[in-house]
Amino acid sequence: MAKILMKGNEAIGAAAIKAGCNYFFGYPITPQNELPEYMSRELPKVNGCFLQAESEVAAINMVYGAAGAGARVMTSSSSPGMALKQEGISYIAGAELPCVIVNIVRGGPGLGGIQPAQSDYYQATRGGGNGDYRHVVYAPSTLQETVDLVMEAFDVADQYRMPVMIVGDGMTGQMMEPVEFKELKKRELPVKDWITDGTKGEREPNIINSLFIDPQELEDHVNDRLEAKYRIIEEKEVLYEEYNVEDADVVCIAYGTTSRIVKNAIAECEAEGLKVGLIRPITLWPFPHKVFDKITDKTKGLLTVEMSTGQMIDDVKIAIAGRKPVYFHGRTGGMIPNPNDIVNEIKKIAGGEK
Amino acid sequence: MAVVFDRTKGLTSKIFHYCPGCTHGVIHRLVAEVLEELDVLGKAVGVAPVGCSVFAYDYFNCDMHEAAHGRAPAVATGIKRVHPDSVVFTYQGDGDLASIGTAEIIHAAHRGEKITTIFVNNAIYGMTGGQMAPTTLIGQKATTAPYGRDAEHCGMPLKVSEMLSTIDGAKFVERVSVHNASNIRKTKKAIKKAFEIQLKGEGFGIVEILSTCPTNWGMTPLEGLKWLEENMLPYYPLGNFRTPGEVE
Repeated sequence: MAKILMKGNEAIGAAAIKAGCNYFFGYPITPQNELPEYMSRELPKVNGCFLQAESEVAAINMVYGAAGAGARVMTSSSSPGMALKQEGISYIAGAELPCVIVNIVRGGPGLGGIQPAQSDYYQATRGGGNGDYRHVVYAPSTLQETVDLVMEAFDVADQYRMPVMIVGDGMTGQMMEPVEFKELKKRELPVKDWITDGTKGEREPNIINSLFIDPQELEDHVNDRLEAKYRIIEEKEVLYEEYNVEDADVVCIAYGTTSRIVKNAIAECEAEGLKVGLIRPITLWPFPHKVFDKITDKTKGLLTVEMSTGQMIDDVKIAIAGRKPVYFHGRTGGMIPNPNDIVNEIKKIAGGEK
Repeated sequence: MAVVFDRTKGLTSKIFHYCPGCTHGVIHRLVAEVLEELDVLGKAVGVAPVGCSVFAYDYFNCDMHEAAHGRAPAVATGIKRVHPDSVVFTYQGDGDLASIGTAEIIHAAHRGEKITTIFVNNAIYGMTGGQMAPTTLIGQKATTAPYGRDAEHCGMPLKVSEMLSTIDGAKFVERVSVHNASNIRKTKKAIKKAFEIQLKGEGFGIVEILSTCPTNWGMTPLEGLKWLEENMLPYYPLGNFRTPGEVE
């Protein structure tokens, strides 16, 4: 299939529909509006349903209902709206339902701003809602990767019966790039025999629920169902890109659009004879801990670059486990890191100034 | 020996957890009997609330979905949009529907969602132990209104049926009560009508049912029924507020 030039938010919508997503519940918020607008235009053409909810809270609870009823369903928002969705995400995780949630991140806290940011890393990976739960978080860096991961996300959600989140930022949503919609490698997906589509008098009632009033039952649900599933995902679903990690002078860690800026900085350093590596987590959860084992004694330090005041850096420190110093460079509030500043930071670490 | 009365097929054999004298049990049975009589148990999906009736998912003998507090109409919307031929209902109390879930119920009605809402109004938060609800009467004591509800401090009790009857999408709105046998019969008729309206695809329907909470009202079951009649009926008048045909 030929490549087509698309805007990020619309490409996400097109990928979702190609993955069989026929239901979308959303609420307007900048900078993701082109996605619900696209769905409102395109879903009726495939006999699907787009519905603009009265709030993000209602939208995620409509997703909760639709997912329980067996649909491939999606919602999207941006940071302050995503904060409102956390209640529903916790219920969906607890009730073990599949859905795909898109966060086109903007600056915060509070109303913050509308420019690109990565300051929702904690919210995405630490469970913004209540309780012991996780969900897969994909952080694509190009629009091609975005459409690939959106399509994959629906399969992953169905396979593990859990919400899957796509984390982009204002740049991912607003920029245009050529994309191609590829056939996905097929996963073996379980039959949805638990959905609320009516018993038709042929089976016992199905119940979608996250309430376990007996503490032992709740502990068993969390350990035997949720945690057991999370351990399998940590084993099988980690995605990352690595570049020159072994024997690098400095290893950078960055995700999403920031990683593209870091790649430019690395190229500049290489032209000056430095060996600089990159670890780019594609899944923020599960985080690619194991690749950090490849970092050798020759490396002087790690540099985490984020459009935040430093959130992913916590996972980097857990992964390197104190073997190497971890430094941080970040811009926040919608400001974009400058490649020259990153080059300077890399040089300081390589030259032992830090 | 002839069987003269039996459990409706609309209820499971699970024993209710409700307090002695609570009218949730009566209302559960009425809803279940209606689902059985309309022969829709096989395509019914119920949405349970948070509150005293949180375990409704264990009692109704059909597919059930337990929602977050107040969100049942949104969850029901998701289910109904995916399966338009199913019969979807929410079962909600006054804390759930009239307080934390006001946005969800108003907009479900406003969109004309083809669902049925059973709204149980007992003028108090039962499960959490008797706190003030939006529907608590003036002067009525609650654990968070120990001196009695004061309108100057926290407003007048919310009249949900009157409010929803101003919304075009709400095609059926009726307030009923279960404080005596004749009203229980009227309640069942209203519930049946609300489900029939859904089956005809006419729009949103809600039945507000005045109910007792002897435990948190600090009364015997009989005192509770009398208190409802003497205090709730004057403020919450029974009757139909909207029926299809009268709407346009």
